[in-house]
Amino acid sequence: MGLDNAWWWQMAEDDKLGIQRCVGCQTLRHPPRPMCGHCNSLQWDAVEASGKGVICSYTILRHPQFPGYDYPLIIVLVDLEEGTRITSQLVGCSPQEVDFDLPVQMRIHQDPDGFKLPVFELAGGA
Amino acid sequence: MPISLKNETAIAGIGLTEFSKNSGVSELSLAAQCIKAACDDAGVSPSEIDGLVTYTLDSTDEIEVARAVGAADLSFFSRINYGGGAAVGTIAQAAMAVATGQATTVVCYRAMNGRSGKRMGQGVSGDISSSDLIHWSWYMPYGMLIPGSWIALIANKYMHKYGVTREDLGRVAISQRNHALRNPRAYGYGKPLTMDDYLQSKQIAEPLCLYDFCQETDGGCAILITSAERARDLKQKPAVIRGVTQASTRGQEQMTSYYREELESLPEMEMAAQRVYAMAGLGPDDIDAACLYDAFTSEIIMQLESFGFCGRGEGKDLVRDGALDIDGRLPNNTHGGLISEGYIHGMNNIAEGVRLIRGDSTGQPLKAVDHVLVSSGVGVPTGAMILGQA
Repeated sequence: MGLDNAWWWQMAEDDKLGIQRCVGCQTLRHPPRPMCGHCNSLQWDAVEASGKGVICSYTILRHPQFPGYDYPLIIVLVDLEEGTRITSQLVGCSPQEVDFDLPVQMRIHQDPDGFKLPVFELAGGA
Repeated sequence: MPISLKNETAIAGIGLTEFSKNSGVSELSLAAQCIKAACDDAGVSPSEIDGLVTYTLDSTDEIEVARAVGAADLSFFSRINYGGGAAVGTIAQAAMAVATGQATTVVCYRAMNGRSGKRMGQGVSGDISSSDLIHWSWYMPYGMLIPGSWIALIANKYMHKYGVTREDLGRVAISQRNHALRNPRAYGYGKPLTMDDYLQSKQIAEPLCLYDFCQETDGGCAILITSAERARDLKQKPAVIRGVTQASTRGQEQMTSYYREELESLPEMEMAAQRVYAMAGLGPDDIDAACLYDAFTSEIIMQLESFGFCGRGEGKDLVRDGALDIDGRLPNNTHGGLISEGYIHGMNNIAEGVRLIRGDSTGQPLKAVDHVLVSSGVGVPTGAMILGQA
């Protein structure tokens, strides 16, 4: 963790999905950066995302298989309803169920060692 | 009036080691061997080298290889970041140095035990403190550890939007394998690839399968740049640098530029195209052959659009028409490319561009080749170059 990203992981630790917001111009940005590329403000705070979004793109990772991950591993780009995009995992469904534009909902995944990671699952009634 | 690099410099020598999966020698040894070979090819002594350029990822220090090959006074040395995005960037550095008098004889090199040594996609470790490591921290925890996982999100989106099929990617792989069948240096030499082989191969990062990926290779490749005027008096037919540029643009990340509004194009490659065509005073219709960076097959189809060989979404149609084949509109990676010759981080694609201008590629098209387009890594800060006849 560094000075520019530790807060985001702390929010995840608190079961929240954070989005950085520029105090100067209110622009949301992800991944976080120390300066706003629009107005150059160094002042920022964070909003808690609703966790609702749609699948922008995806890939299914099958090989090589690294320890600590469940394969096939579904990686998604999610367009959050707040307007930013995030890279994450899709869990709780099979590769056959994944498609573009499906609605998804964030949930917090906790590793056996306690590390928390925001992941996504297909939203109910999709 | 700023100095233009158009026609100021030329590639006078190329040098390559044997390519293998286990070189059995150090990367410094590979670097020294390929640099010596480039000097021999050009007909200059290594003692004449006064500039060296390589990739930040290269493990061989300039001064170590300078001692190894017997270079003496270096007045220019620099390195370019971003993996394969550095390829043409090293040439841009060398061309600027020669054109401005900072050096007279610059060698760009990349030497790597890319299979037996440090392989790509082994993750990063250590304290998360640099901006680059923080960048990777948004991907690594989710299991996105290999380059294929990063590029697949873009490839899938692009294929979905424009109806590009796995068979289209397979056509790219097969076209380049067919080129490699003529090239004894190539991994793919003597190993024909059929569409059945392609479609039945192991899925790695859907929609990408084994044959969509480049090789992992042990080897070295060096490119010698000097003034176009001097190059005319050296041993080989010069490949004149008509235009060369680096390119990085808004929303740029290293392999993961996922936060742009549109993901189905390559804005940095479009920028490289615009700049290199403007510098050279040329357009897509003037390009006879290409060595487009090919870490993955999908990147070739997208670049056909970036460089204006067709409109958006039409790259697949060019491929279906056989454009990339030896008798096609744009013979591409006629040595087999990174996919079927070997992966020397794009440096070997530059060497092939030079051979095409000289007319001595193992995949030399029957038609005249006046201009060759070469590009650097896709999905990273990149660059492009046009080589032409003296």
